Amino acid sequence: MYSLLLILIPVVAGLLSFFLKEEKTVKGFTLLASIATLAIAISSLCCNKQIEFSATWIPALNSHFSLSLNGMSKMLCLLNCISLPIIFTAIYKNSYKNAAGFYGLMLLMQAGIMGVFLASDALLFYFFWELALIPAYFLCSIWGGEKRIQVTFKFFIYTFVGSLLMLLGLIYLYLQTPGSHSFAYNDFLQLHLSAKQQASVFALMFIAFAIKMPIFPFHTWQPDAYEQAPTPVTMVLSGVMVKMGIFGVIKWLLPIVPLGVQSHSNFVIILAVIGMLYASLIAIKQDDIKRLVAYSSIAHIGLMCAAIFTSTTIGMEGVLVQMFNHGINVIGLWIVADVIEQQLGTRKFSELGGLAQKTPTLAILFVVMCFANIALPLTNAFVGEFLMFSGLFKFNIWFAAAAGVSIILGAVYTLNMVQKIFYGNTVAQTENAIDISLNVKLALVILVIMIITFGVYPMPLLNLVR
Amino acid sequence: MNTIIVSALLGVVMMFSGIFTANKTAIRNVAIVALLVLLGVNIAATYGCCNLNIDVKNMLEFSKFGMFFNSIAIFSTLMYLVLSGSDIVKVGDNAAEYFAIIFFVLCGVSVLSAYNSLLMLFLGVEIMTIPLYILTGSDKKNLKSNEASLKYFLMGSFSTGIMLMGIALMYGVNGNFGIAFDVPAAGSPLQNYGILLPLGLLFIFVSMAFKVSAAPFHFWTPDVYDGAPSVFTSFMATIVKAAGFIAFIKLFETHYFQLQASWKMILPLVIIATLFIGNITAVFQQSVKRMLAYSSIAQAGFMLFALYSNNSFSKEGILLYSAAYSLATIGVFAILIKMKDYTFEGYNGLAKTQPVLAAANTIFLLSLAGIPLTAGFFAKYYMLTSVLQSHNGFIMVIIAVLFAAVSVYYYFRVIQSMYFKQGDAETSAISSGFKYGLIFLAALIILLGIMPNVLLQYLYF
Repeated sequence: MYSLLLILIPVVAGLLSFFLKEEKTVKGFTLLASIATLAIAISSLCCNKQIEFSATWIPALNSHFSLSLNGMSKMLCLLNCISLPIIFTAIYKNSYKNAAGFYGLMLLMQAGIMGVFLASDALLFYFFWELALIPAYFLCSIWGGEKRIQVTFKFFIYTFVGSLLMLLGLIYLYLQTPGSHSFAYNDFLQLHLSAKQQASVFALMFIAFAIKMPIFPFHTWQPDAYEQAPTPVTMVLSGVMVKMGIFGVIKWLLPIVPLGVQSHSNFVIILAVIGMLYASLIAIKQDDIKRLVAYSSIAHIGLMCAAIFTSTTIGMEGVLVQMFNHGINVIGLWIVADVIEQQLGTRKFSELGGLAQKTPTLAILFVVMCFANIALPLTNAFVGEFLMFSGLFKFNIWFAAAAGVSIILGAVYTLNMVQKIFYGNTVAQTENAIDISLNVKLALVILVIMIITFGVYPMPLLNLVR
Repeated sequence: MNTIIVSALLGVVMMFSGIFTANKTAIRNVAIVALLVLLGVNIAATYGCCNLNIDVKNMLEFSKFGMFFNSIAIFSTLMYLVLSGSDIVKVGDNAAEYFAIIFFVLCGVSVLSAYNSLLMLFLGVEIMTIPLYILTGSDKKNLKSNEASLKYFLMGSFSTGIMLMGIALMYGVNGNFGIAFDVPAAGSPLQNYGILLPLGLLFIFVSMAFKVSAAPFHFWTPDVYDGAPSVFTSFMATIVKAAGFIAFIKLFETHYFQLQASWKMILPLVIIATLFIGNITAVFQQSVKRMLAYSSIAQAGFMLFALYSNNSFSKEGILLYSAAYSLATIGVFAILIKMKDYTFEGYNGLAKTQPVLAAANTIFLLSLAGIPLTAGFFAKYYMLTSVLQSHNGFIMVIIAVLFAAVSVYYYFRVIQSMYFKQGDAETSAISSGFKYGLIFLAALIILLGIMPNVLLQYLYF
């Protein structure tokens, strides 16, 4: 029942909010709905065993509406549920034209992503995979920046091509199941495919996941889409939605086509490491907060992808923990970017400076989050990155060394950003800046508390995913 | 049998209704009631109720599959009349005749879904297409309409000639007009029949490919669809086209299928060419109407997969595809007819001026693109699965999904115009009944997209 509620609440609330008129009511209603979902997610944590829900869906295809909630999906659902209330709090003072549509679509997107994490039926998984995309498409295209239409369309087409190929892979697996075929995850697990079959299924499905993550060279949609999307949507896209790709690899590729994964692991890790270095180098050159965070996100995701393919337990634990932590950190960075843009009307470093004198609270919170972005010890990201690097180290020392360079580069671009925005002399733009309002402070403080708590004491997360 | 007779009779009734009343709305309402009657008759006949028992000498064979398709076709026509009926009467002065013609087309459709002899195939095709020549040219004062009609007529009769030629050759092989014949035993190839059999098959294949506008026999489609009055394009591109496919599949599913050697090599080429030409050309169109013409070619490419794989999946799939494609296209056209400007720019800002139209149109377009939660997804899904199940089309499906992704480009261009671009799209007056009709249609498409078995389970009862 928990699992069903996790999807139902956002769907129903999202649809209802389309019909609300007052902007205030919409904001309050959607915030309450997202908090209700969060409450469900937290209470599902207390339940130790796997939570299942299943109902017949399309008997002719032997497909069921079945959801299951276990370690990894619990954690990702929790991330999904935490992110929305925080985002809604942080943007409480912002105003969007046609607010009902905006907030409603945000909730529907949340429901779609939740379905991806919960589905244990391949057809249902595919359904949610696409459904998460449609609200994102409309959100970015209606409320985005100047070039929003082309950029979002590129994002959509990329993802759609990938997901159609994934659909072929899923149908292929479906047709391999014995008897009257089945889409059930558990039946997929029992398939015994030849190495050649596994390799082709892997190729079909991995493209979809690689585009979603994104992994070099499929990443070209990402910086533009993140930059042009309205910042609250960017938060969901990079904080939660990219985890769909990693989640897909872990749940739908590793156990089902292990030989396919093994035979491609070197290739994928090389791509991931290239992507990490490439993205880090480009990030150094950026002059825009959003673009910088976008590229830094590619680098972080690349490390996660590489760690998955090392097939080491320690690396995998790192990935699972880091999925959650990266979501928290990156949402924090986007919130700051949004605050600065809303208040000062620019995101360019060259037009900012000395903000720390005017907005000390923001500066302190932001610096903590930047430390987390470079994975300094005592921040949450350190735990995950340490585990992932040891996994990578076990697999191949040279890959680990190459990937390690990106940590240094990460420190370069992140600290550079802090310096340029918050220190130095104030410029005309920042002369009259005022410190953040209470709602933003609240959102950021919650994030920073989580960053430090999970940095000092990561056991709860590790226990959850073990 | 009932459906064929009743549809012909109702056609005559419609023809004479013009004498008794000049009120066009009344005529339209009569037509809608008549369609409901026809739908009732067909459903009753499907379940063996009050069937007229006429000895047809085995020239017609009423299968559940065919009857079920009739129901889909009649229901689609019903939706079409409900949404666009008021625009049909605006085309010209002879409103009653247009409705009569539509019933005659339906008569042809029900012959095509039931034929069991090449002669009936020929009759069905002719009963269906000759009225269409008239409908295409019904906008008498419009030069484009006249041109389209003439073009359609010339090309159509040409292909009919080829079909007759093929039928004659098959008659030479068989000694009768039946579509069943002794298949050469495996290993003893077609040479036994000399040149007649392969040539006859090829001719029939080509003429059927022409009717369903598969490349490279598609050249008439864009011009005819573009030139014909938009209301009738909607009818031609949906119900008529789907009927063509049913006829095509019925012919090639059983005995002809076993003669794979002679045509199975051509089919993949035709499918890929159709997908390629339909999708790529649609990308470059500036007019939504012309884009829909090419998109109908592209969709035909997908429907041809049913012919290619030919298994139980593909038979269910083609029914679902016909329903999903027809309903969505009827919806898109119904909105197109209301637009003042048929270019993509003409749709700019429709979401502001007519939110209901824009939302419904979005759902129809998503369905055509095959996005989950709409009927179009399961239509495409069934096609892909049927091909994968037949174990010899992995490359084909990959090509197909890549083209499906291309199709997203031109369908979404309309969505972009409606929602993201500034402008005030002008429409003719929209009645609230029209809006409810659209909402109903959109809800139906979503229902089929969540529960395709709602439709398909009737096949088994």
